[in-house]
Amino acid sequence: MTALKAQAPHGQRHSAGAQLILRFLQQFPPYRWTQARLLRWGVRGRTAVVAVPYFWLLLFFLVPFIIVLKIAFSETQIASPPYQPLLQWAGENMLQIKLNLGNFMFLVQDNLYWQAYLNSMKVAAISTLLCLLLGYPIAYAIARASSTWRNILLMMVILPFWTSFLLRVYAWIGILKNNGLINNFLMWLGVIDQPIVMLQTDFAIYVGIVYSYLPFMILPLYSNLEKMDLTLLEAAADLGCRPFRTFLTVTLPLSMPGIVAGSLLVFIPAVGEFVIPALLGGPDSLMIGRVLWTEFFNNRDWPVASAVAIALLLLLVIPIVLLQRAQGAEARGAHR
Amino acid sequence: MSKRFPTFRVSALVFGFAFLYIPILSLIVYSFNKSRLVTVWGGFSTEWYGKLFENTQILNAAWLSLKIAAINATGAVILGTLAGLALARFGKFRGRTLFSGMTTAPLVMPEVITGLSLLLLFVAMEQIFGWPSGRGVTTITIAHMTLTMAYVTVIVQSRLSTLDDSLEEAAMDLGARPAKIFFLITLPIIAPALISGWLLAFTISLDDLVIASFVSGPGSSTLPMVIFSKVRLGVSPDINALATIMVLLVTVGVVIAGILIARQEKRRQRDMQLAAAAGK
Repeated sequence: MTALKAQAPHGQRHSAGAQLILRFLQQFPPYRWTQARLLRWGVRGRTAVVAVPYFWLLLFFLVPFIIVLKIAFSETQIASPPYQPLLQWAGENMLQIKLNLGNFMFLVQDNLYWQAYLNSMKVAAISTLLCLLLGYPIAYAIARASSTWRNILLMMVILPFWTSFLLRVYAWIGILKNNGLINNFLMWLGVIDQPIVMLQTDFAIYVGIVYSYLPFMILPLYSNLEKMDLTLLEAAADLGCRPFRTFLTVTLPLSMPGIVAGSLLVFIPAVGEFVIPALLGGPDSLMIGRVLWTEFFNNRDWPVASAVAIALLLLLVIPIVLLQRAQGAEARGAHR
Repeated sequence: MSKRFPTFRVSALVFGFAFLYIPILSLIVYSFNKSRLVTVWGGFSTEWYGKLFENTQILNAAWLSLKIAAINATGAVILGTLAGLALARFGKFRGRTLFSGMTTAPLVMPEVITGLSLLLLFVAMEQIFGWPSGRGVTTITIAHMTLTMAYVTVIVQSRLSTLDDSLEEAAMDLGARPAKIFFLITLPIIAPALISGWLLAFTISLDDLVIASFVSGPGSSTLPMVIFSKVRLGVSPDINALATIMVLLVTVGVVIAGILIARQEKRRQRDMQLAAAAGK
């Protein structure tokens, strides 16, 4: 132990407090009782470390989805809670399962939901592309900056991310509205004499999404571009390749994993976005997150809201699996 | 290519950071505006700050949000550390795939789905077990902990997997019990990661509108819920004042935390080098 302390003087500084906590815990009768009881059952400390978060996630993450699935198949009723049970005792010992596909049929038949899903995908796809076009040059510039600048610039990318998302979206109302910053500025310049309507349009939603999710695009792109072997670019230059062509044939293909990860990180939350369309979009800009919210809070139709959630999840399964694979590949690459 | 003056790269940075920061700066500038019409300049004034501190609805909501955020962050760090430790150090265990899937899924799940599913769970639990009776602070805290522990898990796991485990192995060889190793060696080393995890969990909770709206009950409106209902009706200058205060607090907090973590990291690396030099 002494050898260890000599090796880690930093650990030693904390050890007095930690030892005190540990000693206190061990003196505490319930701790010893629990330990003895768990050991008798064959539960070791290791198991307990896994079991606590495992149980938490099962209860508060997995079970809720099963409930959503269950309610999506049940019928609406005007009561509290506003849905009928799926399993019912019919007669003596007969358990009856009432599966109701009506909610899903309703989604398929009503044009509103189709439009909302398609529109969400469209808005998310265009915003992702805009994020990429804007984020790539920024990530590239940061990755090629000197190392002192790099940390400052990265901090500046992350800093807005720590301030309230809601307030950052709110800021755009003041900028985009009819007597807002942009219109006032353009009218002062004399470029326009009528304000351009920007708030409550799809344009405002794009701006809001690109603005809010830009750091998600920049960070994975940066970490990819920063790792790139610069001698490859020198080799291309030595062989007489023009810078722009080098970018297209060397840099761009090599940064593909970063592009994929960043795009998915923007696309996935953008599809289910609620706050941005609710604040910046018009009443007719349908997005699925907003439809779900309305079904739940305004129409109080829990089964249809659950069916919308299940359908949204099915829509996102492919991008989520792609993202996890991309991140897994990235993690393995980093270990090599 | 790198020898030329990088006009393109500098302009990309200038444009990018202008896009990121002009909205925030406009919030701050117009919080000092005398005119009620937010974007029409009517002279310098701090009257909206006064109005803000008279608004008990906002102050109560802010206090509630801060309480929830602090409890949530502490719980999330404990749960996330356990989960990160299990994933980074325990190798294969039964149900690992499901476990790692469940720790990363909340990160990419749309908030509307997380909120809806947790609310339906709380309603079902109340029906069956009679707990939680009604919804409010407890349910919001549980929901936020489920979301933010995922962030802490990722931070702790990545910190531990880049960490050399030779110190832990040495302690084990010398006969230290696992719990002792954790508290005396692992915990002090990953402390900076835990601090940033705590801060992240705190800000996410403080900022969350969607999940909190689903799982809150009457009389437990958090700050984002109050802001949202006010902002929905249009801009209001006292929200600008609130935004300015929050932006300043966050900036100061992040910069201080960044400096402290960097300093801690530097000290740790120096200690390691000293130890390595002494060992030779």
